Amino acid sequence: MAADIEKLEGIAKQVRRDIVRMVHSCQSGHPGGSLGCTDYFVALYFHILNHNPEFNMDGKGEDLFFLSNGHISPVWYSVLARSGYFDVSELATFRKLDSRLQGHPTTHEHLPGVRVASGSLGQGLSVAIGAALSKKLDGDNSLVYTLHGDGELQEGQIWEAAMFAPHNKVDNLISTIDVNGQQIDGSTEKVLSLGNLRAKWEAFGWEVMEMNGNEMADVIRGLELAKSKAFKGKPILILMQTGMGYGVDFMMGSHKWHGVAPNDEQLAAALVQLESQLEDY
Amino acid sequence: MKKYTYTEKKDTRSGFGAGLLEAGKKNPNVVALCADLIGSLKMDAFIKEFPERFFQIGIAEANMIGIAAGLTIGGKIPFTGTFANFSTGRVYDQIRQSVAYSDKNVKICASHAGLTLGEDGATHQILEDIGLMKMLPGMTVINTCDFNQTKAATMAIAEHEGPVYLRFGRPVIPVFTDPDQKFEIGKAWMVNEGKDVSIFATGHMVWKAIEAGEKLAEMGIDAEIINIHTIKPLDEEAVLKSVAKTGCVVTAEEHNRLGGLGDSIAQLLARTNPTPQEYVAVNDSFGESGTPDQLMKKYGLDSSNIIEAVQKVMQRRSAK
Repeated sequence: MAADIEKLEGIAKQVRRDIVRMVHSCQSGHPGGSLGCTDYFVALYFHILNHNPEFNMDGKGEDLFFLSNGHISPVWYSVLARSGYFDVSELATFRKLDSRLQGHPTTHEHLPGVRVASGSLGQGLSVAIGAALSKKLDGDNSLVYTLHGDGELQEGQIWEAAMFAPHNKVDNLISTIDVNGQQIDGSTEKVLSLGNLRAKWEAFGWEVMEMNGNEMADVIRGLELAKSKAFKGKPILILMQTGMGYGVDFMMGSHKWHGVAPNDEQLAAALVQLESQLEDY
Repeated sequence: MKKYTYTEKKDTRSGFGAGLLEAGKKNPNVVALCADLIGSLKMDAFIKEFPERFFQIGIAEANMIGIAAGLTIGGKIPFTGTFANFSTGRVYDQIRQSVAYSDKNVKICASHAGLTLGEDGATHQILEDIGLMKMLPGMTVINTCDFNQTKAATMAIAEHEGPVYLRFGRPVIPVFTDPDQKFEIGKAWMVNEGKDVSIFATGHMVWKAIEAGEKLAEMGIDAEIINIHTIKPLDEEAVLKSVAKTGCVVTAEEHNRLGGLGDSIAQLLARTNPTPQEYVAVNDSFGESGTPDQLMKKYGLDSSNIIEAVQKVMQRRSAK
């Protein structure tokens, strides 16, 4: 089925509205990476994934998604709610006491859609490999997707997993790196240079692709292409270029909005740029 | 004193290997992972029988824990195998977030725990692992005492839903428990009923407690010996019942005095029935190279240390 790009872009705009409103409401959270990855999440949940919002932990016969850089929970929560995993009204509870929408995603409060806790970085790729191996043992030809931050690649466990997956031909795995070039203390270039990511992942034995994570048509193209490369002996790695804070002009391209909430005026200025498409929660 | 005899000595890790094979035969969802220590963990028989259900991870323990967590999604029951040090301290955050906090049904199986690892020295001799693991909410912590108990425990944890830390060791020691036993998680085993003192022992210290009990009997002291194989959840009823009778306690474990079995029992008693207690444990130090026997003697984990602790705690009870 061909993607309705315009419709997906409309949903993405609404999700970005949700993100800034959620983060503003609790005056904490991570808007920058969430806004940057919005188009990826919308493409994934509204077009790419074969998934069932009647959530089942084992997810047999459906595609699975793992968010390794758990701090961008706002975008995931919004997309899960808007694709039917739980009521959008619950987004108002984000990061508040007694909420299922914890600061970082967890299974502990039984939020539908989440299959492992993440937040302490670098662990999601290993978990996804385990889930992918489980599918192979079961003869389940569904796919496993992951998302990681580029700063997260500084964690050593990522490279343990990067070495394991090609050696074991985990070719039902499509991992995406959010290459926004920013982390808490500044640019990745300044904090700890990541070097040539394509060359690194290729050297580890991955099938490497690139896409523009802030152009919906290119995200769809990239993810469709990745799917077509699955089950060919190699895990697939997508280097996704995004702008941190994409969609809100004063948040774009700076590490300063990694983990800072907008004040009332900033919220108003952001929402002017993100016209409501669906109903606000 | 009830008589315990043995006809052979075996290592508890071989009990794990035997139990893993049985668990694998019983349940097709049982899978195993190892970080380059197949021989040490005695996983060969399982691998030979179920090659497609075994994953060689390489020297990458963090990745192993994560992969195990992921394998549970879809219903697999993963058993990870490496030394106790690399099973816990090295991967604490991976266990904490991806396994314990995520409620994953992973069985973390750890060999070469404690001083009895021997000559490799303190880099490999973890004495803090029980404490690390028992502090994780939802984690079951088991330390077995001989081949048969380890085999039975391995089979039992496959049927238990939830994360488990199973701790065993390297040296060959007497096989003295029932080969056909049913292992009940969280249920203490009454080794010997007595009235003068309660000795709570776990792991390799259970046999030492039996040796001590025999000598104490000769000295006219009737020691109650209870094997606490499951440190968490603790069999509080068994502990309190025994202490109500004896009024004094010795705990024995191949672990740091801080954070182990002794502390679990002390905390229970402090809350309910404050009781004189002596610890037979490593006194907040690292180990060193040496033979297992030399190390157990030097660090105060011999049967003679249990006897001294019993005498001391009984005096304290009398002085109370």
